[in-house]
This record gives sequence, C-alpha cells and structure tokens, in this order.
Amino acid sequence: MAQAFFGGVHPNDMKAATNEKAIEQLAPPAEVVIPMSMHFGAPCTPLVKAGDHVKVGQKIGEFHGLGAPIHASVSGTVKAVEPRPYSMGGNMTSVVIENDFQNELSEEVKAPADPDALTVEEMIEAVKNAGIVGMGGATFPTHVKISGGIGKVDTVIINGAECEPYITGDHRTMLERPEEIIGGCKYLAKMFGVDKVVIGVEDNKQNGIDAMNKVIAAQQAPVVVEPLHCRYPQGGEKQLCQAITGKQVPPGGLPSDIGCAVFNINTTCAIYRAITQGMPVVNKVVTVSGSGVVEPKNLECPIGTPVSLLFDACGGLKDGTYKIIAGGPMMGMAQYTADIPVGKGTGAMLAFCEDEEKTVEHPQCIRCGKCVSVCPVHLEPLFMYQYASKGMVDELNDAHVMDCMECGACAYVCPARMHLTHMFKYGKQLVKDKAAAERAAAQAKKAAEEKKEAVNK
Amino acid sequence: MTDYKNLKLIATSNPHIRSSETTRSIMLDVIIAMLPALAFACISFGFRALTLTAVSVVGCVFFEWLYRKLMKKPQAVSDLSAVVTGMLLAFVCPVQMPYWMILIGDFFAIVLVKQLFGGIGKNFVNPALAGRAVLLASYAGTMTSWADPAVNKAAILGSNVDIVTAATPLAMMKGGSFDALLETYTVSDMFVGNIPGSLGEVSALMLLIGGVYLIWRKVINWQTPVAYIATVAVLTFLFPLSGSGLEWMLYSIFGGGLFLGAFFMATDYATSPVTKKGQLIFGVGCGLFTVLIRYFGSYNEGVCYSIMVMNLFVALIDKYTKPVRFGVVKSDKKEAAAK
Repeated sequence: MAQAFFGGVHPNDMKAATNEKAIEQLAPPAEVVIPMSMHFGAPCTPLVKAGDHVKVGQKIGEFHGLGAPIHASVSGTVKAVEPRPYSMGGNMTSVVIENDFQNELSEEVKAPADPDALTVEEMIEAVKNAGIVGMGGATFPTHVKISGGIGKVDTVIINGAECEPYITGDHRTMLERPEEIIGGCKYLAKMFGVDKVVIGVEDNKQNGIDAMNKVIAAQQAPVVVEPLHCRYPQGGEKQLCQAITGKQVPPGGLPSDIGCAVFNINTTCAIYRAITQGMPVVNKVVTVSGSGVVEPKNLECPIGTPVSLLFDACGGLKDGTYKIIAGGPMMGMAQYTADIPVGKGTGAMLAFCEDEEKTVEHPQCIRCGKCVSVCPVHLEPLFMYQYASKGMVDELNDAHVMDCMECGACAYVCPARMHLTHMFKYGKQLVKDKAAAERAAAQAKKAAEEKKEAVNK
Repeated sequence: MTDYKNLKLIATSNPHIRSSETTRSIMLDVIIAMLPALAFACISFGFRALTLTAVSVVGCVFFEWLYRKLMKKPQAVSDLSAVVTGMLLAFVCPVQMPYWMILIGDFFAIVLVKQLFGGIGKNFVNPALAGRAVLLASYAGTMTSWADPAVNKAAILGSNVDIVTAATPLAMMKGGSFDALLETYTVSDMFVGNIPGSLGEVSALMLLIGGVYLIWRKVINWQTPVAYIATVAVLTFLFPLSGSGLEWMLYSIFGGGLFLGAFFMATDYATSPVTKKGQLIFGVGCGLFTVLIRYFGSYNEGVCYSIMVMNLFVALIDKYTKPVRFGVVKSDKKEAAAK
C-alpha cells in the first residue's frame, strides 16, 4: 500500500463537473499559434517562414541544448512568425499557421516497421523527435529524463495522481485510452531495463484504476497500479516518489537520485504514439472547467489552438469572469489575456467568476502554524514570509526558501489569507539576485586584483 | 459569444482557491467552545457571570476599535479575537469583581499587550493572562476572594458586599488542609465544578467539552493541552504533598483552572510554538512551572504565571524545533554533523 508524503491539503476536487464527460474532439481551428517555447529550457528556433506550406507533424522548431522540437499541429500555410502572448506570461516567438483543413500528414512522420524491435537508443531518438515533454505542466524534455536516468533508475513511476482540483484529462485518458498508457509503460520498462512500472493513481479515480487493470491483466503487462489516498500535492514528482517508495529526493536533487523516474499519464501515451507510429506531440487533452465556464468539458485540440475557441466550445464564459488560469487552481498560472494558445503543458483552462479567491483586505498572520503542518517540504512558511517581506535575504535563504516548490498548500490553508506563495516567488528572486550580485562582486574583485598584479609585474 | 478582448482579468499568484477557514471562523469556534463553561458559570454563580463576561467583551472590543481608530490603522474588530480575549479575561476573574475593575484589565490586555506590539498574532504574552496578572497585582484582595457557589446566588447577583466567600480547593491544598478539602468537595465536585474559583475555570468537565470541540475542529492541536495536563498529573501523582498520590493528583488537575489554561490559554496561537513538537515541549514546560509555583511559590495556583513564563520561551522553542526539511534524512544529518 502507498506510503504517506509530508503535509498536504484536501481541497474540494471539483472533478464531478467533467469526470464523466468523454474527451471530445474540438472542431479544427482556422488558425493555430504555436509558441516556440513549450518546454523547460531555451526556446526553439523557427524552421519555417511566412508563406511556407506545412503539414501535420512537420518539424517547425528546432531546440538547442535542453529542450524538445516543435511540430506543426495542422496542415496549411504559415501566416507569420512573430511574438504572440503565451501561457507562461509575456510574448514568445510563435508560428502562426492558417489551417487548410486538409489534415495532411507530413512525410516526416514514419511508423517503424516493428516497434518492438527498436533498440533503446532508437526508442529515445523517437521520443526526442516527437518533441515529448512532461505533459503534467512541468514540461521537462522527456528524452533527457530517460537518457539521464538510464542506469540510475530502478523504479519507473507513472503519475496518474491528478491531484489538482478540476482537472480530469488524465482520468478520462485512463478510461478511454488505457491501451496507450499500458503500451507506453511497456516501452518505458524496456528503455530503463526494469521489470515493473508503477502507476500511482488517487483513489477518487477507481474506474480509471479498473480500466487499466483490465488491460494489464489482458496483456500480462509488467505494470502495477498503486491506489493512493487523495491529497494535494500528491502529483508533485518528489511527493509521488515518497508516496510510492517511501524515499525522499535530497534537497536540490532529482528523482533519479533515489532511483526513480516519473512520467505523466499523457506523456506515457505520447511515448507510445511516438514509438509505434512516429507521431509527434500535436494534440493536447485540455479540461475546460471552473465556475466561469457555462458547460465544462474535456476537449482534445491541436497544439496552438486559441483558448477562446475552447471556451466557445464550452458555451462561452459567464459574465463576471475575473480569472483565467492555465493549469490547475493550485499551481496554474493566471492569465492577463484570453489571447493565448494551448501549449504542450496546458492540461486545463479554468475560468472563475465566483469568490474562489476569498481575499481579505488586510491579511494579518495569526501564527496558527497551519502552514507549517501542511508544507510538503517541511518548511515554515510563516517565518519565510516575514523574512521575505522585510528583505532579510540571508535569513530567507537559511529558511530554505529555494526548496519551496510553490505548491500553494500553505496559502490555501491560511485562515488569515496571507499571500504566502506570492511572497516566496518574490523571495526566491531576492535570493537569486543577491547570489548573482555576490558573484559579480567577487569577479570584479578578482579582475581588479589580476590587473594590479599585472601592473606590479 | 463571449467578448474575449474586453475581459477584466486579474493575474495574481497561485493558489487561486482558498479553504473556507478564516481567522474569524477560528475565533468563532473558540467562542463556541467557551459557551459550555460560560453556561455552567451562569448556573453556578448566577446571572452576574454573564453580565461580567459581556462587560469584558464590550470593553475589549471597544479598546481595540478605539486604538486602531486613533492610530489610523485598518479596523480588525470583525476577526473576533478581541471578543475571545474579553471572554477569557472574564473567565479568570472572580465573578463578584466590580465592572470598572475588569475594564482596567481589558485595557491592559488589548492596548498594552496586544495592540502596542502590532495587533493580532504579534503579541508575545497571552493578553488575557497578562490582564489578569495586572489585576491580581493591583487589587489582590478582590482578585482572591472567591464566591461560594453553594451559597445563595441572589447575593452574587445583588451586590459585591454581602458575598459569602470561600477558600478555593488549591488554597486549602496549599494551606495544608487537604483532609478538610476531601470532606468539603468530592472528586466529582471538582470535576463538574461545584467549587469556588474564577468565573470560567471551575468546571473541568465543561472546559474539557470545549477543548475536545476545538481539537475536533482542528482549531488547536492536542499536543499542548495533553502535554500540559499530563505533566501536572505525573508530577503531582509522584510527589503528593499529602494524602494518596491519586487523590492529590485528581484535585490538582481539576482545580486551579488547569483545564482552562491548558485548552484555551496555552494554545493561543500568537504565544505558543508553531510546530507540534514545539507545542509538546511548551505543554511540558507549562506543567512543570505550574507544579513548581504551586509547590514552592507564594501563590496558590500557578497556571497563569506558568503559561506567561513559557510564552517567553516560544521564540527559543521555535528556533530549536524547526522541522527537518524534505529530503534530509537522519543519517544525512549525522554525516553532516560529523563533518
């Protein structure tokens, strides 16, 4: 049985709005806007220019260093390559494609003759070429995680916790595409050379667990589904490792340090499609929900689809919508415009029109200590808040603010409604700024001394 | 269809949802938890228990409002914390005390102890206890004459001149008349609260009901009250000054406002440690000081001062009970220490 992870909260999961609604295909959009940064790492360089004709699955962005390539999600003509707003805030160079509705598949997409005969290197190459990144929202390039983990990893974990409220995309995928998940698990087991893959699923998705177990039994697959007690942030990579293995990732470390590698449910499906069909990531399942959405749905759409089309497909937004969030309500990013496209990490688009925030005018910490007891990293948010608000950078660093993963559990539970997570983002920046300033000062000093020595000689 | 260009969006940091618990709802729970004890006080001491509590509450709320008004600070009366302080101060005062006297305590608690340090969450000593300490030092006579609930309640209701007073059980224990105490009040008298004492402290049973409610509502953790009461119980059981260990222990924990202190005073957020480990240490410390004061001090009861003394240790306890952060396992710590 699953073990516990530290802290955590129990928000109302709000999943009933969409968890019985099958994934619907969105009507093809007339235009898609594909940002050149949908992964953790430097943005891609566009490979196309205005006027070019592109086909589905054609590579249109090449990565450098840490990253993953980007592909056209529809066939048609490139209208522009220009900066556009995107879900990570600000603008990003984006390829705007006018859909010709032909849905022509690119010649670059080639299914291997026998996927099961591929070597480990060939499989990783297929994952890399497909532009797969962590679909849970972290968007870390999957091929890097695999090649970096081989040899170190003895436990492969599939993240089906889906602990964020509202989001049901992974749940629906378990119900509707269990073969793809289990297929992906098999290839992951082969790549890492492990004899078992563990799928961690919160027990509010019992029918999803059953659906996958059926396939596992039928295929005699080397996969085990581990039901987990519902608690946020169970789907945090390090928390899931702790829940499944009982081991803790060291501060600043990666799951591979304790022999774990974690992949999201939809990432696993993408791995399956990449290896069996050579198909890159061009579609995304998005849960559209929240009090501001007339008819919440699970929609599958091409990457780059403007989110306004998603909301329109759900009956539009209600009057008084004050917040649009890319991602879940706990860690998602509030958007200042609805003029953004769906990216590889956009698992949900939420719109709020009620009093979800419950803000108060003059928040005042009452030292109740609830933030301390829910922190999954075992930090003390109330003290970190004081340090950050007073600019006490050294104390802030000593309180391990850099370990904070901004899960929002402390701020969620805070009865005084302190803006804790907000303050820690700011505090982390203070620590980084100070470290950078100290580095620069040390360098300047070194340079000055060298100059002095040179003069003395 | 929706006009996406003209949405009025706010883009604040995550999380975008909050739990429904507020400072106000927590304070309301504390008030609810005090109602059984207040009801018992009304039955035991008469209607004046209610009026004295009401005066104290109005006093605290007024002083808080006035201070923040004069200092041009945002009003915070609606968080109900001043109501809790007012009730608690009344609970630790004798029921026949003059109204003007408790208002002095209210002023000290709210203005000097709480607001001058920055308001809710910033004070380092429990305001109600500090208010009581000041009243006890200033009006020792009134503050140590206890109405006898066994006598006609009408006397209490009428005036404070003809009050029939009686020694509290703790005074009898301290005075060496434990045998007389055993004859006067049974253990169940002690537990239910048919004894003289402060307005809200007499009924361990009613306070226990309130305390269990607070733990059930997750307003307080069990660590502080359990550690506090258990420490007093163990020490008094092992070192009875007279009679059998068990009897001495039961009279010790049911008397002297220990339950009021353990569930409602020592658990005050602002003046207790933030980690559960720290709260355990805090509770043990309170218990230790309570027994020390009762045995060796010049006061009969030690709950008030023991908690105030431990309040001063909170910063230290917080410093040394920091949780071990995620990813640092015990063996790592030892290795790091060895280096």
